Amino acid sequence: MRWVNRRIARGNGILLGAIPILLLALVYLVAAAGRHAANPSDKILPLPSGMAEAMASLLFQPDQLTGKLIFWADTFASLQRLGLGLGLSTLSALLVGLLLGVLPPVRATFGPLVTGIAVIPPIALLPILFIAFGLGETSKVMLIFIGIAPFMIRDVAAHITALPREQIAKAQTLGASSWQLMLRVALPQAMPRLIQAVRLSLGPAWVFLISAEAIASDIGLGYRIFLVRRYLSMDVILPYVAWIALLAILIDLALSWTSRRLFPWAHGANH
Amino acid sequence: MSALLSLNNIWVEYGDKVVLERVSLDIAAGSFVSIIGPSGAGKSSLLRVILGQEAPTRGSILLDGIPLRPECGPDRGVVFQRYSVFPHLSVLGNTLFGLECAQAPFTARLFGARRRAATLEAEEMLAAVGLGDSLHLYPAQMSGGMQQRLAIAQALIKRPRILLLDEPFGALDPGIKADMHALITRLWTDYALTVVMVTHDIREAFTLGTRVLTLDKRRHDPHAPHRFGATAVYDLPLTRKKRAPVSAGAEASITLDDVRNN
Repeated sequence: MRWVNRRIARGNGILLGAIPILLLALVYLVAAAGRHAANPSDKILPLPSGMAEAMASLLFQPDQLTGKLIFWADTFASLQRLGLGLGLSTLSALLVGLLLGVLPPVRATFGPLVTGIAVIPPIALLPILFIAFGLGETSKVMLIFIGIAPFMIRDVAAHITALPREQIAKAQTLGASSWQLMLRVALPQAMPRLIQAVRLSLGPAWVFLISAEAIASDIGLGYRIFLVRRYLSMDVILPYVAWIALLAILIDLALSWTSRRLFPWAHGANH
Repeated sequence: MSALLSLNNIWVEYGDKVVLERVSLDIAAGSFVSIIGPSGAGKSSLLRVILGQEAPTRGSILLDGIPLRPECGPDRGVVFQRYSVFPHLSVLGNTLFGLECAQAPFTARLFGARRRAATLEAEEMLAAVGLGDSLHLYPAQMSGGMQQRLAIAQALIKRPRILLLDEPFGALDPGIKADMHALITRLWTDYALTVVMVTHDIREAFTLGTRVLTLDKRRHDPHAPHRFGATAVYDLPLTRKKRAPVSAGAEASITLDDVRNN
């Protein structure tokens, strides 16, 4: 049988997907054990026991200075920034994207501006953000916003513009005004695409979050990673990276589930 | 008979390409006009002009003696070959949409007693096109024939002065096409519709129509074929056919077989 025609059953799929991950873990363990056999105080490839030990203090012991559980405080701070950035971007993508997509005069007026902003590398704007908004939370949230909102706006607007002309004409023969067309025809059909755009923007959003935290912050997952780098604390960095990956996957799954739950019509015929 | 829709010397040009030239027509109320012609003869352009999706380059269109605005409006209903229904609304939602737009300018949604009244009206309309049992399906779950039934119900609930059909049955297989012919003939009689239908199928044009228009180019310049547009070269009234009740067989509801190919 040709490889393009092979179908993988669900159980086998989980098994196949697990193999490379387990292999990678195994390779790491062997390498780490090797290094520790040569030098018991090796810091570059910590063993799981070492990671657990290092993380335990961050997870369960309040920090002497602030009295907070550092790991959870970092997670909360980062997720708050990420949530605000994503939320603002999503909201503006919906509003601006809808207006740009449905109304040709708005598209003609603001389309070039959005495109122009979208091609600027957001990190290049970070100094401006720091100068304008200070080193606090606002500049970090704004970096995420400026980083992903233009892409999302353009994506949603393009999706709405690409709605069949027949559908728009049909809605008008049913008496729909511009407002009603936006509200009942364009908006609902933009929603699944918006969620898709959020999922795609999640990766860049994390990049901008970690960058902003690395440069100027006193709390957050990215801040912690860059802080402990000074002490070669791989036993903290690796669990933090794994935690970030897990958070990203969970957010992505939640978004995908939400889209299928709320907009079954957009996900194939068998709903 | 007075003309419901009259086109006076319509020209449609795209750049220097002339698609339609000197089209003058009077369409009587209650007629069923079929428009046929070779590909590229401007059949769909003519329909789009009547629909208001495009403005003619020259000429005027009067509906009931009043010039049409170059914009789609609820006085003209339309069914396209594809994309006529909203994929995100159920059958009932698709049909209610026209009523909701008229009755709720701001929210475009109806609630309470008004919604119940509108739902009753929509259900009646859907039963008339044979979708009485499929109220809560989404378009993606339906066959092409069912989607076209829905598109017709959606248009007719607005009681349009004129119903425009753009190759509505072109993508359907022959058996379903025959069912749809029976349906549209029955609706045309029951609702006293005026219909303009563009079709590729000459047989369909003559079976359904009370008048058949053929669009083609009268003149042809071999060095600049795009400089002459098409116009109505044949205009055949099929006088023998009167608005007659259709024979039985147009039952009120359709049945779904296992493969849902109805």
